[in-house]
Amino acid sequence: MSLLELDQVTKRYGAETLALDTITFSVQPGEFVAIIGPSGAGKSTLLRSINRLIDITSGDIRFDGVSVPQLRGQALRRHRTQIGMIFQHYNLVNRLSVIENVLHGRLGYKNTLQGILGLYSEEEKREAVRILETLGLSEQMYKRCDQLSGGQKQRVGIARALVQQPKMLLCDEPIASLDPSSAKVIMDTLQEINRSTGITVLVNLHQVDVALHYAERIIGVNRGRVIYDGPPHALSNAQIYQIYGSEAGELILDLKERYAA
Amino acid sequence: MQPDAFFRRRRLQSALFFIAMAAITYGGMVLTQFDLVQGLSVIPRAFMWGITNFVPDERAWARLPRILEKLQETVLVAVASSTIASIFGLGLALLGANTTRPHPWFSLPARAIASIFRNIDVSVWALILLFSFGQSGFTGFFALFFVTFGFITRVMVETIDEVGIEPVEALRATGAGYTAIISQSVIPACLPQLISWVLYMIETNIRSATLVGILTGTGIGFLFDLYFKNFSYGSASLVVLATVAVVLLIETVSNYIRRTIL
Repeated sequence: MSLLELDQVTKRYGAETLALDTITFSVQPGEFVAIIGPSGAGKSTLLRSINRLIDITSGDIRFDGVSVPQLRGQALRRHRTQIGMIFQHYNLVNRLSVIENVLHGRLGYKNTLQGILGLYSEEEKREAVRILETLGLSEQMYKRCDQLSGGQKQRVGIARALVQQPKMLLCDEPIASLDPSSAKVIMDTLQEINRSTGITVLVNLHQVDVALHYAERIIGVNRGRVIYDGPPHALSNAQIYQIYGSEAGELILDLKERYAA
Repeated sequence: MQPDAFFRRRRLQSALFFIAMAAITYGGMVLTQFDLVQGLSVIPRAFMWGITNFVPDERAWARLPRILEKLQETVLVAVASSTIASIFGLGLALLGANTTRPHPWFSLPARAIASIFRNIDVSVWALILLFSFGQSGFTGFFALFFVTFGFITRVMVETIDEVGIEPVEALRATGAGYTAIISQSVIPACLPQLISWVLYMIETNIRSATLVGILTGTGIGFLFDLYFKNFSYGSASLVVLATVAVVLLIETVSNYIRRTIL
């Protein structure tokens, strides 16, 4: 059974703008999927509709057999706990320590009082420490997040998502603000998580080369429509042109050839 | 245009501006019958009068315990009104800020309420509240409370929006509830600014409390008014000096706290 199914998903902003246009695809458990496309293609909107940070206009999204658009209150919170999210700008509380930011990933499981006071159990704390160790952040555990580098901040973001014990990770441009070597560390980490734990990964990228290198499956989006959905090796040059528009497409193909050579 | 011509025009503009200012000043002096020579020559005499009359005399020093007692009362009212009003202000700010409002409809009313409370001056509040509470500490307390409430709401709305939606969005994505998001991400992120503004309001309110006291007949302002109207200028000036000393002390302390938390 599919973990995630999108059926004719459409999102309209106002009367004119169509951010998502009848998007249909499904994701199997354990897949590593990259969504590529130019800025403003609707990639972010697509990810945010899956954990309902954005409400869709029409269509249906089913996650683990549950229809997402109708969820309210507690049920919506429970749905969100099953999906970890990683952001381009890390979205950490910079004044708090690394471990506190990681434990924020457990807030979805808390009642009101526990949430207000930030009460975490011994096991939760130990689990957070364990995850930080595997991500190579044990030295930074009690440092404030504003003292970290971009790559370290993103690893804290990943730790916060993992501590949720999610079934799926949504990564919204996770390497767009990072230098190439930190970017590689982050992508390797995501791949390693996917392979060792079987957590499904859905990652938005605008670097085609990165997507081709890491993903098992590429979904190409332009103007809110799926242009391509298939394995990386079957993605043709014509389809890259179609996804990115002619001029950008040339540049991307140029890069691709140089990498191949 | 040639550079020469440009600079000539510049000089001409400056000269015209200067002449206009001189003419307006002279015109004003003629209209108000202000004699510059006399005005300047009287300054030394004014200073002498001030020094001889406003130096605290023995009678004033004898009144120091009473002055300090009233000053303490005033400081406590200022601190109490600032801190309590800040809690309410933060609450309203959370309802009004774009990133934390429960519904878009909350924004405008919250900002409007803040605006009304802030834009009515503290002296006006004191006079209005005088009808309700009479000559008591409550009048001063509420006058300072209302102004602080409006001010803190206003600045915290901006602070919350400046901190940004990003951590809020991240916590929503984990499934955290509204109150958990506020207490675990918004408040920690805004706390230094909040404390800084509360300290600022305490300083401001101690100064305003003096004026409010004159209007409502309480605290240190009442004492100043009393001495001043009885021609005990020495005692009145001791009141001023003591207030200045306390304000400076509190400013020093709050600057220290600010440096530590920021």
